[in-house]
Amino acid sequence: MKAEKTNVGMQDSLTLQLHKHFANAGRDFTLDLVFAIAPGITIVFGSSGAGKTTLLDCIAGLNIPDSGKIAVGDRILFDHARHTNLPPQQREIGYVFQDLALFPHLTVGNNVEYGLADTDKSERRKRSDAILESFRIAHLRNRKPKEISGGERQRVALARALVTDPCVLLLDEPLAALDAATKSKIIDDLRAWNAAHGIPILYITHNREEVFALGDRVLVLENGRIIADGTPHCVMAAPQRESLAQLIGFENIFHAVVAAVHKDRGTMSCRINGSNVELETPLIRAQPRSPLLVGIRAGDILLATVQPAGLSARNIIPGRLLSLEQRDVIVAARVDCGLKMEVEMEVHLTLAARDSLQLQPGREVWLIVKTHSCHLMAAT
Amino acid sequence: MDWQAFWLTIRLAVLVAAVLAVLGLPIAYWIAYSRWRWKFLAEAVVALPIVLPPTVLGFYVLVALGSRSPLGRGWAALTGHTLAFTFGGLVIGSILYSLPFAVQPFAASFALVDPRLMAASATLGASRLQTFFRVILPLSLPGLVTGVALSFAHTMGEFGVVLMIGGNIPGVTRTVSIDIYDQTQALNYAAANQTALVLLAISFAALSFVYAVNRKVGAAWPWK
Repeated sequence: MKAEKTNVGMQDSLTLQLHKHFANAGRDFTLDLVFAIAPGITIVFGSSGAGKTTLLDCIAGLNIPDSGKIAVGDRILFDHARHTNLPPQQREIGYVFQDLALFPHLTVGNNVEYGLADTDKSERRKRSDAILESFRIAHLRNRKPKEISGGERQRVALARALVTDPCVLLLDEPLAALDAATKSKIIDDLRAWNAAHGIPILYITHNREEVFALGDRVLVLENGRIIADGTPHCVMAAPQRESLAQLIGFENIFHAVVAAVHKDRGTMSCRINGSNVELETPLIRAQPRSPLLVGIRAGDILLATVQPAGLSARNIIPGRLLSLEQRDVIVAARVDCGLKMEVEMEVHLTLAARDSLQLQPGREVWLIVKTHSCHLMAAT
Repeated sequence: MDWQAFWLTIRLAVLVAAVLAVLGLPIAYWIAYSRWRWKFLAEAVVALPIVLPPTVLGFYVLVALGSRSPLGRGWAALTGHTLAFTFGGLVIGSILYSLPFAVQPFAASFALVDPRLMAASATLGASRLQTFFRVILPLSLPGLVTGVALSFAHTMGEFGVVLMIGGNIPGVTRTVSIDIYDQTQALNYAAANQTALVLLAISFAALSFVYAVNRKVGAAWPWK
């Protein structure tokens, strides 16, 4: 058994510098990261495909970087230059997988004791009892994973990873499927455990609320790179909801300015440049009159032939149908909107929708856009 | 009913199934998880006995066991006799003949085990061998039972390979299917029918067992 970790400090930090390139499904992807993580919870925030799971797999030894170095304190897990590459078995890294990967044929107790195979039986029992107790699942010891709830399974997965006394804990969106109350209770128990152990915990999520709720520090990962690093408030409030790279996939991108900020409602109004069209958008930290880019996917816009009423969507824009173009199984409609028809938007419809609405160019239509279908980024 | 032939066949089938249960595991593991680019060649070799005429397989095994091959000479030098026309030769031929019936269900069930479970096992400090025995094997139980039962049933009924390698020596290489052939040749239909019925019943029982096990385990462990 390892000595009690009493001196919490940089000697227990995870330091990492890695480069990994891979081409999969025709898409080139490069993970290029340098960071150090002190004991405590650090959030890695990023959309799917940003390289989050690959990063964790590299730290755990399940995936091998092309180059770089990974170390915990002065213990080197991977060093390309020195041809060091510890197998996952020797890394002493706790890893809670996205799908938990509990062993379905073993009871909760045996799952938790899985990593203690080399420990003698009474010691094994003592340690598993202690960890089951601290995660409040001692009463589930003899149940199988499929017989317990989702929240309980999360606790089992945490207990299984932590009972071996790892030097680092990796959590891959572990609480994504849970309700907020269950989530926060589990996090409290994790924090309580780590108050005594003081290891770096890397917590991956794509959920903005989790970022605010959990972390002292957040790293924002995008396309394999860290694009922001700081306290959740600093990082997440900056006007950078989407990057340009992501917005490029949007059919409709407009330059706009912030017209009004409704902090209490969590929204703002943005006026598309050179027009009177105002869109209600999600709130980001921005001053009135600051420039922005607004991206709207053509598939996120609804089209109506009569003025709709009683809708929850906040943006209902009148316009005139300019053209219809069939592309394979979708119809791309171009619509001039605004009072003076100064803004052109692309809307995607199905063939059936076009036919049942009997759409023809020149027809008056209304476009409906939900607040959260308006994606924002700072205009540089 | 030739009970001597019957017990000989049972002994052969049990032995072959037992050997394949052990020998088949590493082969199946390799087939399920290897990333070698030429793996498909090995897979084809393992599957060959399914499509190969038993006489062809029997012929090559006979040649390999005979005194003209280095293998046969080596065995003869060690033991003083060749393997051809002995029970031992029959066992070797039957193992080759039934190999795919064990390896393919094993490999198929190994491949179904969630790779994340193996990754979890590795991060918890378990070696590949420990992961195999503690995670892969228990989760592959239906496939293992299927493979063993199929190789047993398949060996029970083999004819061509036995005839080529073993001939027809009572108590040594004379199996039930050869007995049926002999009785039929002698126009002794009643005896042939009796033995054939026993073989039919055993094959049916073995297959029913396979399907029952797969179903029951499937119902008890719905995660796979």
